[in-house]
Amino acid sequence: MKNNTPRRGGFMARNRAGHPTACHPPYKTSVKRSPQAALLSYPSSLSEESGPVFGPDVLGPLDNDMITNFAAPGEMAIGPRIVVHGRVTDESGRGVPRTLLELWQANAGGRYRHKKEGYLAPLDPNFGGCGRCLTDEDGQYEFRTILPGPYPWPNGVNDWRPAHIHFSVFGSSFAQRLITQMYFEGDPLIWRCPIIGTIADKSAAERLIAPLDMKRTIPMDARAYKFDIVLRGRRQSYFENRREGL
Amino acid sequence: MQPFDDHPETPSQTAGPYVHIGCTPTFCDINVYSGDLGASMKMGPVKGEEITLTGSIYDGLGGALKDALIEIWQADADGLYNAPEETRGQADPNFTGWGRSPGDMQTGAFRFETVKPGRVPWPDGRLQAPHISVWIVARGINMGLTTRIYFDDEATANAEDPILSRIEHQNRIPTLLAKKTAPGQYQYDVRLQGPNETIFLDI
Ligand SMILES: [Fe+2]
Repeated sequence: MKNNTPRRGGFMARNRAGHPTACHPPYKTSVKRSPQAALLSYPSSLSEESGPVFGPDVLGPLDNDMITNFAAPGEMAIGPRIVVHGRVTDESGRGVPRTLLELWQANAGGRYRHKKEGYLAPLDPNFGGCGRCLTDEDGQYEFRTILPGPYPWPNGVNDWRPAHIHFSVFGSSFAQRLITQMYFEGDPLIWRCPIIGTIADKSAAERLIAPLDMKRTIPMDARAYKFDIVLRGRRQSYFENRREGL
Repeated sequence: MQPFDDHPETPSQTAGPYVHIGCTPTFCDINVYSGDLGASMKMGPVKGEEITLTGSIYDGLGGALKDALIEIWQADADGLYNAPEETRGQADPNFTGWGRSPGDMQTGAFRFETVKPGRVPWPDGRLQAPHISVWIVARGINMGLTTRIYFDDEATANAEDPILSRIEHQNRIPTLLAKKTAPGQYQYDVRLQGPNETIFLDI
């Protein structure tokens, strides 16, 4: 089968210096789960440049509201109310429209709703801990939740995770697939955390810390935090808009 | 000099031990959505050979991961992707091409009910061998791992594949091959470390 339409450029090489190192001994689990051989590098093909797409039909009306999406009718999750918003762009600064974000987090006491979670802080019967939303045409997203609590975890004898929200982002290509964590401005646990410590470049790690956004705060209701996300970008060059085989 | 207008990619962080809460909540008995995305790749009768792909992910001590999430992305039986990026034709509308497995609750073993993919072109027009793109995240994996599944019963296509043919250590290629164990059944294990460490890709 011959492709007769021009093709956009391939993905720009990933700058791995701005990402975590695979093996970071202070994060103990990474020691035996990190590949030892070098990754083999290749240009992207349609297999990486395409990716699954999810439409608004996938979403339920409360999916972007962790305060109510698990709560009994008329009830709400306990904790400081926050709105998290931001823009998903690519490395060229263009918005990534209509892409799915999946979110998960601990409750206000730092407890996850999970069989394998043993922290003594109680579950909140009105908080499930997952949410999702789509970006709009410009790449903007927004969801509502409660401020998650920090929690202790079995790594060192006394390691605590800073408050955080986990993000899973699809982008428009499978090569853009990303899971990361958002932290909150001013949390003293951030620079003590071995998981943030997996990122050697401190300026890169800073990009995971969301500032308080008073402009978007809803008076007498919820504070706002702003968290922008950048996904990998593709080369854009007239000279790469060639037909296949030429 | 003008400042370089840079938008660096957001750093990755581990998916952690509770990735299933966010990505497969129904699997965790959190019934907020109407089911888990990617649990089924077939929306109806599909074209081509239907196959079952099973396997496990092993750490450097030989233990199977029980808290991983594995996602696959592939073309349909004709080599067409069910995606806006696909310009060569209309992919099978009943085949999504994307699957996601949280693994078995007890063993961590994953299982995908899918179809054998057709061949997809490389940027220069050569055909790649049938393959499935794989993305693995878990606690202790700081950045999602990318690899590919090829098929051990596609020797001719594999020999001319632009990726496989350029691998220096040809003795490592079996780490990328799903092994046919019965008609329509393939086994594919991932080893994060060790002498048979899977080839991971930077694409
Ligand atoms: Fe967490």
